Amino acid sequence: MLTLLHWAALSPFIAAVLIPFLYKYLKRIHTGWFVLILPLVLFVYFLSFIPRTSSGEVILNNLNWVPSLGINFDIYLDGLSLLFALLITGIGALVVLYSIYYLSKRKEKLNNFYVYLLMFMGAMLGVILSDNLIVIYVFWEVTSIASSLLISYWYTREKSIYGAQKSMFITVFGGLSMLGGFSLLYVIAGTFSIRELIANADMIMASSLFIPAMILVLLGAFTKSAQFPFHIWLPDAMEAPTPVSAYLHSATMVKAGIYLVARLTGVFGGVPEWFWIITTVGLVTLIWGSVSAVRQKDLKGILAYSTVSQLGMIMSLLGTGSAAFYFQNGDNALYMTAILAAVFHLINHATFKGSLFMAAGIIDHETGTRDIRKLGGLMTVMPITATISLIGLASMAGLPPFNGFLSKELFLTGMLNVTEYGIFNLETLGIIIPVIAWIASVFTFLYCILMFTRTFMGDLNLSKLKVKHVHEAPVGMLISPIILAALVIVFGLFPNLLAYSIIEPAMAAIAPGIISPGEVFDVHISHWHGFTPELFMTIGIIILGVLLFITFKKWENSAFYRGERDIFNSVYDSGYNGLIAGSKWITRIQMTGRLRDYFIYMSIFIIFILAYTMYHYNLPAIQSLDLSPVPIYMWLILLVFVGSVVIIPFINNRIALIIATSVSGFIVALLFVLFRAPDLALTQLLIESVSVILFMLVFYHLPKLKKVKTPPKMKIVKLIVSIGFGLMITLGSLSAFSMGQDTDFSSISEYYTENSKEEAGGYNIVNVILVDFRGMDTMLEILVVSMAVLTVVSLIKLRFKGSEDI
Amino acid sequence: MQKPNNMMLQTLARLIIVIVLSFSIYLLLAGHNGPGGGFIGGLMTASGILILYLSFNFKTIQAVIRFDYVKVIGIGLLFASLTGVASMLFGFPFLKHFFDYFTIPILGEVELTTAMLFDLGVYFVVLASALKIILTIAEDDK
Amino acid sequence: MELIMAIVIGIIFSVTIYLFMSKNLLRVVAATLLLSHGVHLLLLTMSGLQRGASPILSFDAEAYTDPLPQALVLTAIVISFGVTAILLVMAYRTYKVHKTDDLENLRGSADE
Repeated sequence: MLTLLHWAALSPFIAAVLIPFLYKYLKRIHTGWFVLILPLVLFVYFLSFIPRTSSGEVILNNLNWVPSLGINFDIYLDGLSLLFALLITGIGALVVLYSIYYLSKRKEKLNNFYVYLLMFMGAMLGVILSDNLIVIYVFWEVTSIASSLLISYWYTREKSIYGAQKSMFITVFGGLSMLGGFSLLYVIAGTFSIRELIANADMIMASSLFIPAMILVLLGAFTKSAQFPFHIWLPDAMEAPTPVSAYLHSATMVKAGIYLVARLTGVFGGVPEWFWIITTVGLVTLIWGSVSAVRQKDLKGILAYSTVSQLGMIMSLLGTGSAAFYFQNGDNALYMTAILAAVFHLINHATFKGSLFMAAGIIDHETGTRDIRKLGGLMTVMPITATISLIGLASMAGLPPFNGFLSKELFLTGMLNVTEYGIFNLETLGIIIPVIAWIASVFTFLYCILMFTRTFMGDLNLSKLKVKHVHEAPVGMLISPIILAALVIVFGLFPNLLAYSIIEPAMAAIAPGIISPGEVFDVHISHWHGFTPELFMTIGIIILGVLLFITFKKWENSAFYRGERDIFNSVYDSGYNGLIAGSKWITRIQMTGRLRDYFIYMSIFIIFILAYTMYHYNLPAIQSLDLSPVPIYMWLILLVFVGSVVIIPFINNRIALIIATSVSGFIVALLFVLFRAPDLALTQLLIESVSVILFMLVFYHLPKLKKVKTPPKMKIVKLIVSIGFGLMITLGSLSAFSMGQDTDFSSISEYYTENSKEEAGGYNIVNVILVDFRGMDTMLEILVVSMAVLTVVSLIKLRFKGSEDI
Repeated sequence: MQKPNNMMLQTLARLIIVIVLSFSIYLLLAGHNGPGGGFIGGLMTASGILILYLSFNFKTIQAVIRFDYVKVIGIGLLFASLTGVASMLFGFPFLKHFFDYFTIPILGEVELTTAMLFDLGVYFVVLASALKIILTIAEDDK
Repeated sequence: MELIMAIVIGIIFSVTIYLFMSKNLLRVVAATLLLSHGVHLLLLTMSGLQRGASPILSFDAEAYTDPLPQALVLTAIVISFGVTAILLVMAYRTYKVHKTDDLENLRGSADE
């Protein structure tokens, strides 16, 4: 049954249908204002679920879709889904508000933009609200499509097309492998429902398909969440309008992979493979992203790589947190810290990264550039934007009292705890994990300082900018980033606002069965823990970061800093070019344009399929053939017939060719007489006569036949193929004949023979079948003949100018 | 160039055409009960007319037979489909045929059937198609 | 009879396929003509040959030849006439426009 929650998930699609009309008929009002209503209403609607989910309740609404295949659109709303639903609708509302001022209603195609945006919003809600893996997959691919459409929103720009194509290839590749993983899960457990999969987790873990299924699913999650080495699509996705980057490529869509990993931790968690793959990929992404971000000169490029890095951080937290499933009855606080940090940082990242993207968009909008080499000294002209950026960057760098500091501390705690797990060889290898985390954090700190100083400090150099009157953005454009920056501070000062309303239910959803019903995780986030290792690590980060910044001039001219393109791009580019060259090559070797070659392919295929069928049904062993006797005169007729047919390929004279073909045609007519088919014989005779005239007429205009020299090798191939084909037809017709005799079925012909006189009043059964029993077929046949005539007439009468290709 | 003498052919053609045409009409009408029918009748008539074209001048025959064959095809299709639609008007399925026996003076008892009308449509289509194809090519003699 | 007809039909198909692979347009047209002969005979052969009288009830025989393949073939003959006509005209027009009947010269270029 369709419930209100179903409608909530589908409402963006319905709204998307209305947008083009609103855009067309209400041109004076910016279309964004109409769109804004929907995420606002949905946000409030989802807020109303907080009391229910925080008390541990789970909302489940069933809707059968294709029950026979186990595909149902079941809505499943728990703490984790609700967290994402609030992010999607909340950030969505702010982004739409921001876009109203960012995109001009006079210049831009707003209808396209908002249709894609709503399409994305609906698909994303579908992903996070559905319980069925196939439904998740469908919506998952819709988000990929919407994302590509939005990246190529300015579709006349070459870079937009490149970025859109890249993101499409990489995410759809991941989506398809994810579908493979889901199918394997179905093979193992016989269900697509996540709830049922989690309930059967032990059985799934025992299966030999467990590891392949896990890897395929993870490929989907890693490509979507831009994890190393699939992260290369995200920086190129920055060609999208900034509201899109803020919404899809930092706050929501790229977190779909995180959602999937979090959601399926209940199925896969607790095995070393899951722990190591996710932790390793996450940490590599974290450090790769933060180091690459330092090299970027484009504001959005820095933010893109920093997003990659932060996503890696959340991913690695989920990986280490999965160890919770290994100790079913251990010390919760030890490993659940990682999951707590993941959930908390997910929220924080959405707030500070959203505000930073919007600030970058404002700078781009007001100055006309995002290049930090041209920018500088904007602090005085754009004080509000500078403040917003400062708050966002300080939070990202992990400075108190902002929310980023809290989650960064929790992250470090989680990573340090790993060394105490005592499983999966962690006692020896484990120490690497906090070290990598710490180094990555130093670079994070560094690019945060760089971004702020290069943009807002120093001198304002107007000669480098296209826009001459740089000033602060309009108020409307500032509302959304201000709200997000305010949230950064509020969550930083009062983190426990979220603790038991949002974070704890989400943790309970990620790690089902870890705690008994009624119990809750201990979620207490505070600024001061005493002089812990984490505090010293943070101080170390700040000191080292500042040192690096001071000495930055020394290695500013190094090759490391000058290049900014990721080396993995060349892998993608050569792969893409290779794919195109390869498919061209494959097409070229088989599509020769020669009729001969095509006939060879077809004939060989038909030969094999017939041979296989006959072999499969054991048909060549024809047991009893009830043959009718062969009269002496038949031998003579058939001899002439075969002679006239076989001679045709050797004829090099037009008239002789016509004569040989018509001799064979007239003999066919004769055979029809002998086979007791008077109607056929008459028809064949007449058609043959008319055909001869036709041939004569056309041949008169055609050139003489030339003797064709075929290379002997080709001749042998032709002979083998044609003789093989003939042999298969002989065998096939014999087996069909004997099958017709052996099997005991009554032919439909008997009905016609018996009823011809009574039903239709005709004695000639063939004619009665044609005009009465199967009149419709004949009707269509004469229609076909008429069309043939029209074709002939138009082929002859239609005259082209000469330049066309026929 | 000397004009070939077609006297024999033309005289014979005049005789043959009568036989061929009447036989083709017989075949058309006999179709329901003996060998024959619309297809065969149509082709027979077409070949009869083709004999005329072959033995006489193209233009001469064009002046005598002034049918637009494409229209004849249309008429044939109309015949065939209308017999089908007619049965629908009486609440029967498309292309349902009826027959009965009538006594007509001179001919005696004759079976009349609506299927004959359908066959007539087939006859027209086949006749005109065969002719139109050949004549189109012949006309394109440039 | 059916056995020998099956062999004859096999020979027709072999020659047809051989002709289809030739370079000359006219031979390809002749091949379609032969192909239709082969198919018509194949349809008749598969239901058995020379068993019973012609399917005309006035003969009042005990058994009649299967009328259904005959009806199918009758339709097929007329249709194949249409196909042959179209192919012939196509060959004719191709020659008029491109001044060649060699299929090797009629190949489209690969980059089209």
